[in-house]
Amino acid sequence: MKAVVTVTGTDRKGIIAQVSAFLCEKEINILDISQTIMGDQFAMVMLVDATDCKEDFASLSAQAAEVGRRIGMSVRLQHEDIFNAMHTV
Amino acid sequence: MFNTTDVIETIEMIEKEHLDIRTVTMGISLLPCIRESAEETAQAVYERVVKRAEKLVPTAEQLSREYGIPIVNKRVSVTPVSLITAAFPEKSALIALALDRAADTLGIDFLGGYSALVHKATADYERKFLSTVPEALASTKKLCASVNVGSSRSGINMDAVKRVGELIKETAALTEDGLGCAKFVAFCNAVEDNPFMAGAFHGVGEADCVINVGVSGPGVVQHALSFAPEADLTEAAELIKRTAFKITRAGQLVAKEAARRLGVPFGVVDLSLAPTPARGDSVAHILEELGLEVVGGHGTTAALAMLNDAVKKGGVMASSRVGGLSGAFIPVSEDIGMIEAAEKGAISIDKLEAMTCVCSVGLDMIAVPGDTPASTISAMLADEAAIGMVNNKTTAVRIIPAPGKKVGDTVNFGGLLGRAPVLPVHTGSAEKFISRGGILPAPIHSFKN
Repeated sequence: MKAVVTVTGTDRKGIIAQVSAFLCEKEINILDISQTIMGDQFAMVMLVDATDCKEDFASLSAQAAEVGRRIGMSVRLQHEDIFNAMHTV
Repeated sequence: MFNTTDVIETIEMIEKEHLDIRTVTMGISLLPCIRESAEETAQAVYERVVKRAEKLVPTAEQLSREYGIPIVNKRVSVTPVSLITAAFPEKSALIALALDRAADTLGIDFLGGYSALVHKATADYERKFLSTVPEALASTKKLCASVNVGSSRSGINMDAVKRVGELIKETAALTEDGLGCAKFVAFCNAVEDNPFMAGAFHGVGEADCVINVGVSGPGVVQHALSFAPEADLTEAAELIKRTAFKITRAGQLVAKEAARRLGVPFGVVDLSLAPTPARGDSVAHILEELGLEVVGGHGTTAALAMLNDAVKKGGVMASSRVGGLSGAFIPVSEDIGMIEAAEKGAISIDKLEAMTCVCSVGLDMIAVPGDTPASTISAMLADEAAIGMVNNKTTAVRIIPAPGKKVGDTVNFGGLLGRAPVLPVHTGSAEKFISRGGILPAPIHSFKN
């Protein structure tokens, strides 16, 4: 299944490294990344494929949020369907 | 591929603008639970509800984590209990206790359906059932009761209207600050697939078990409008439609997926804008965003009519099946903008009544003085029912005559029920009118065949 990772917060060093390391450890493949800085605010959106990851998705999502807390950012891992549903006819 | 702006917009709607799925409600038929005695029926009701809905809460919580969108309430609605207890109506309270116990076991927020449909006449067993409502509400925590007193086809059962006024007073007397009345609503044109409380019940025309979802999101609509302060009302309506579409799509997704995982049919998405007492989650503030200084002033009804219509038009296209109440709710105690307007004296019951002509649902969560006569409450219900009957829409009354409270006092219900400044009612008596009873005939345009 595909999921969307969003990372937001005040820009600092190593954000992508830490988030990517977490995804790699969980066997989640990154398909696409889009990243932008607005002022000092960092916003990154990743499309990922979690097919090879055998963990429960809700638990993964909680772990992603925990990675966020560790690096002082907001990290969310959500099923892609919520975005597809809301923004496509 | 995804669009970054869309993704961030969804995140902001959820995190900053209170977008949530207000309720996932499982409707369960109790018809297979009817036994020879009330005791056996109560046991069968408990077992069926607990069995059918055993996975409701964990499934909703799992979906909430996967999609990253809060699901605020998990609820169950059941067949109107008066139909289940027709052979032993005096013992209906046993079913009330069994349902409340089931709600506790399941960990759901509310369970609705302690109800009677008496829009054309009140059968003897329904009369006896109705007498158990105040005690049932006082002795349970999560149970909600409702009565349908009229319909566009049948007219208004004025004997039932009279009785409901008395029941509301009795319920208020039995519960602290009249809180039990927050779990009791009387309808005209009640719908069978409403997922919202206190009026949810599972109609007899429904499937054995079904999932209905109620969406919300007044904060999202207000936020979208705040970026278009110069838009004319045609453009504002378009903006609301687009926003309602997105909100409803989230509801449709959750509804379909919840139904699939629970192995029951998907019923409807209810397109309601349901406020909470939290700042930024108010229907009243949408109306003020449209240009009213304070909700309740002249222009409020027109603004609400536009909002209600746009929410439906945007939502209908976003869902394969729409039902329930589907419109903007205007509960006074549950909407911070309404509370503030009431505290300023800007909004009156008369204006609220006018507003109910153009939105769902009715005089909702309004505290009135504790010494308001039962006949006055019945008369308020009669007025609302007449609006619903003549206009072919659902209307309702959920009024709290808070014991010992007078105009200027505030009743605190806590949590999502909020707080309600006590509003004045007209003091001219309707005693004689209400005591006439009978059926208020259906309007001529009800004869459509």
